[in-house]
Amino acid sequence: MTQSAAATSATRAVGGALERLPPPTSLLLVAGAAGLLVGSLRSEVFAQLTVQGLALGAVYGSLALALVLVYRATRVVNFAQGELAMATTYIAYQLIKWGLSYWEAFFATLAIAFVVGAALEVVLIRPVLHRSVIAAVIVTVGLFILIDGVVNWVWGGDFKFMPSPFGTKIYHVGGVSISRLYPGMFVVVIVSVLLVWALFRFTKLGLGMRAAALRPAESALVGVRVEWMLAIGWGLAAVLGAVAGLVAQPSQFVLQPTLMQPILVYAFAAAVLGGLESPAGAVVGGLAIGISLNLVVQYVPAITTELQTPLAFAVILVVLLLKPSGLFGHREVRRV
Amino acid sequence: MRARAPALASLAAVAALLCVLPFTLGDYNISLVAQVGVFFVAVLGLNILTGYTGQISIGHGAFMAIGGYTTAVMSRDHDTNLVVTMLMAFAICFVVGLLLGLPALRLSGAYLALATFALAVSVPLLPLQWSKFLGGRDGVEASRTVSNLWLYGAAWTASAILFVLAWLILRGRVGRAFRAVRDSEIAAVASGIELPVYKTLAFGISAAYAGVAGSLFVLATNGFAAPDEFGIALSLKILLGAAVAGLGSLWGVLLGAAFIGLLPTVSSSVPVIGSSHGQDVVFGAAVVLVMLLLPGGFAGLLAQLRRLKRA
Repeated sequence: MTQSAAATSATRAVGGALERLPPPTSLLLVAGAAGLLVGSLRSEVFAQLTVQGLALGAVYGSLALALVLVYRATRVVNFAQGELAMATTYIAYQLIKWGLSYWEAFFATLAIAFVVGAALEVVLIRPVLHRSVIAAVIVTVGLFILIDGVVNWVWGGDFKFMPSPFGTKIYHVGGVSISRLYPGMFVVVIVSVLLVWALFRFTKLGLGMRAAALRPAESALVGVRVEWMLAIGWGLAAVLGAVAGLVAQPSQFVLQPTLMQPILVYAFAAAVLGGLESPAGAVVGGLAIGISLNLVVQYVPAITTELQTPLAFAVILVVLLLKPSGLFGHREVRRV
Repeated sequence: MRARAPALASLAAVAALLCVLPFTLGDYNISLVAQVGVFFVAVLGLNILTGYTGQISIGHGAFMAIGGYTTAVMSRDHDTNLVVTMLMAFAICFVVGLLLGLPALRLSGAYLALATFALAVSVPLLPLQWSKFLGGRDGVEASRTVSNLWLYGAAWTASAILFVLAWLILRGRVGRAFRAVRDSEIAAVASGIELPVYKTLAFGISAAYAGVAGSLFVLATNGFAAPDEFGIALSLKILLGAAVAGLGSLWGVLLGAAFIGLLPTVSSSVPVIGSSHGQDVVFGAAVVLVMLLLPGGFAGLLAQLRRLKRA
């Protein structure tokens, strides 16, 4: 395929995705984006909060995407996804301590995360999956406690410090000062999300994985190795989680075992908001949650930082009750 | 009736053992076994919902919080008899459970897990919002504390009553309806079971059990109801207890309750893993291993042993 053909095909894919959106959702997105733009032009604080929210939202979106990948592949909500991301961040910390440069450690960690994620699916999830979804969810809850305990055991609960990959440079754009950290976070996450999307959209492996998730029995008939595909899906989810953890760490300045626990909550909210079935919805949901939480705490006096988490849960409850398929999802129709 | 004889015999044996234990154990061990009784009630309640009706809940810590605060607040403001507050916790949580069961009707599987998870994290934050009535971060202190022996008696008496109640509910028409809903909702509706009625009923009963467990739990922590005590960790613990016990079995509940009640204490006294985080490792690993190796939990193991003996 020539480059221009690939570009056209990519444009068509994006256009197709937009066309499939329910009209109210696309209207809502356009209105939201316009509101953010107007607000950012009028107020510097608003602009700063929006950029910060975009960066944090990208992190939530990437972890939410990991949850969605796992959900689509195996119908399991992985409660251990956040702790897994936290553990891989500790692995990166250890690699840097052993003398690797930040980016060497970054990519080595992603490779390790892939292997660990795939191995977890094969060893722990697959044996219980045929029993019930409840059993699999319980295993991930056990895994949550196990990983948390192991990290505390090996590295201890005290603060650790990692070098920031983005430096401390501050950009000044039209009176708004923005630390390089936030655009840096945003770019790293969005690039990895786009790479995963391209893998799913343009490669034979991606096609196999989509097929295995949607129609396992039929894909097996046409020669897709369904079990491998599910394991690879879990591996990719772990990679996205690791990216989220590695990128979230500098925004909290220290590394500690509770790194991902609030982020997992926001990622749940993002995944539910976008629809548990929809990868694009997870990313957009993450951005929406990140920006709106940041703005609400600043501009609504009744909402303090302590109320951010309950607010995210209110989002989960309201979306689940009003539109369980989320903003981007389609109503699930089941034949008896 | 003859098939039930061994079951009744082992039940009587357990009851007799529990009656004798307080005379042989020290005060500290009595408090440990009392704690197992508290978890027994909670796991029993969750088992009715998750094991028998097939609706997962990661939010039972929230119902325990409601029950616990009922006891603490009534005792603080009106000096109500503690046993009466337990009955009130049962009633209040039953109603709250019914009400929360209504939205849960629309959800199942992973979605219900997420929604109840949301509940578990949100409810303990409410006292921070209404700190005048519910004491904020410091919690509410009941007007009196109870001895470990009192707690032991109360916990296991409640366990016995609620166990019999659960058995009565589950053996008859209602229990059959619950199991039908669990095994296939569509088939259940087709054979004339009103899905909304039985699902909300299961939520209500299960929440009421958790409420009683919550008020016992508060008495076990020196009469203090504080938000931190009812965090997400408690909800996870109860779910794991029910899973390890074996979903859909009353007999495993005792072992499941002992597992979550005693394992942290036992594993922290073992030398190598005795750090506070070593016990998390043991707890998590034990849960994962039990889920992988014993599909039916402890209850499944018991059933297998019985089959071996008969063969």
